[in-house]
Amino acid sequence: MNEYVFLYRGGNPPPSPEQMQQVVQKWTAWLKSLADQGYLLDRGHPLERSGKVIDGGKVITDGPFAEAKDLVGGFSLVKARDVSQAAQLALGCPILERGGQVEVRPVMKLDV
Amino acid sequence: MSGDLEHLFRREAGRIVATLTRIFGMHNLALAEDVVQEAFCRALEVWKFGGVPQNPSAWLTVTARNCALDALRRQRTADSFAPQLSYALESAAAEELFGPGEARDDLLRMMFSCCHPRLSETAQIALILHILCGFSVEEVASAFLQGAAAMEKRITRAKKLLADSRRLFDVSAPREFVTRLPVVQSALYLLFNEGYHGASADAAVHAELCAEAMRLTAALLEHPLGATPTSYALAALMCLNAARLPARLDAAGDLHALPDQDRARWDQRRIADGFRFLELSAHGTELSPYHIEAAIAALHARAPSAAGTDWAQIAALYDTLIAIRPSPIVALNRAIAIAESEGPERGLAEMGQIAGDERLRGYPFHSAALGELELRCGRRERASAHFRAALSLARNPTEQRFITQRIQACER
Repeated sequence: MNEYVFLYRGGNPPPSPEQMQQVVQKWTAWLKSLADQGYLLDRGHPLERSGKVIDGGKVITDGPFAEAKDLVGGFSLVKARDVSQAAQLALGCPILERGGQVEVRPVMKLDV
Repeated sequence: MSGDLEHLFRREAGRIVATLTRIFGMHNLALAEDVVQEAFCRALEVWKFGGVPQNPSAWLTVTARNCALDALRRQRTADSFAPQLSYALESAAAEELFGPGEARDDLLRMMFSCCHPRLSETAQIALILHILCGFSVEEVASAFLQGAAAMEKRITRAKKLLADSRRLFDVSAPREFVTRLPVVQSALYLLFNEGYHGASADAAVHAELCAEAMRLTAALLEHPLGATPTSYALAALMCLNAARLPARLDAAGDLHALPDQDRARWDQRRIADGFRFLELSAHGTELSPYHIEAAIAALHARAPSAAGTDWAQIAALYDTLIAIRPSPIVALNRAIAIAESEGPERGLAEMGQIAGDERLRGYPFHSAALGELELRCGRRERASAHFRAALSLARNPTEQRFITQRIQACER
């Protein structure tokens, strides 16, 4: 088994409270199904939309100010046989219904 | 997520907007709405990962308060009102600002404010649904089967009127309360009716609108000035009629007329509540239309079957109702009751008196009732013609299916 990080990008919040509640329900169900099947290592966290960016000149600025669709809004850690199975798991992510993306990135192993 | 958490977001949105508007003032309704939107977006992000917390109301309250403080800090330079408001928000504990007693009064205050006499009844209900029940503009529009753009305009205009009035209704002033109360009762009654008889094809929408009307009426009954015999009568008629909803519209979205309803599916708990409220409504001297409608619903609830219903008594109650609040719909229902107690020919004769009424012109169940009575008289062709007229007026697929079945019944 290998480890993969799911990076959640973009995705518009729905316009009504009732729909927001449905989105929460869908995510809860999706993460639970990953956990129940033993794929979820860490459900991860949402990320604040902005923080600080430090550049080579050691200048600290507010940011990042990427477009909303490119911002990483959160991450999870899963395990899967290979990257294509990980991608299959990501296909169920509710963010896809709201214009968002899941980026599946294999975690490199440190043992050499 | 079910049970207690059903519609949690919607209801919490209404509660928090009402409270923030008390703190910010009515003229800052838009700011209150923005803050709630922001707080709910945060809830969405966090709860997606962590699930709904043990006490979601408290979580949302604290988050809304923090978002409100942020919003005020952003406005501070631009606006002079912000410092006092920030102080009020910062110094008081969140529980004090948003406590259950306060929340109830906030809800009522907003409800009475939405029933502004310069707003049309439709605008009042739309505002209540939007602000207090947390329906988005699109959801209000679809509940009324209207275009979203038109509804957006109507709601924006209504909100502007509220914001311009600059003050919230004072629910502790007895004279104002008593004067505005009938308008509020009427809005809640119409909200309930929209749920019960409205144009939406979705059984869930019907149940939700009725449930919201009942929830807000319950809030009214908790206020010492709101718990009048007339309010109890309103609550009684809602409970007794809503009890029939599960049998009236089934899960498949099929409509069942009263005689064909499976009475085992009537909600006995609501019926019991209805009778309790009916008893509480029997004080004082006022006989409101709600009292009579509740009495009619009570006769239906007590009857073992459609045939075993005291139709003569129901017709007599409709006589009284017509005397105090005449309307073509009431006249139509009266004619149906007369048909049940004295035969279809008598019912048709009564229907003849309201035949030309403009207000019934777009109402499919007027033609459908004519068809039903003609069919019972054995005049199949006439019946079929009425049902076809009804079909052309049907407002949604549920009504179309229902009326199509009646047309087929004429051909058997």
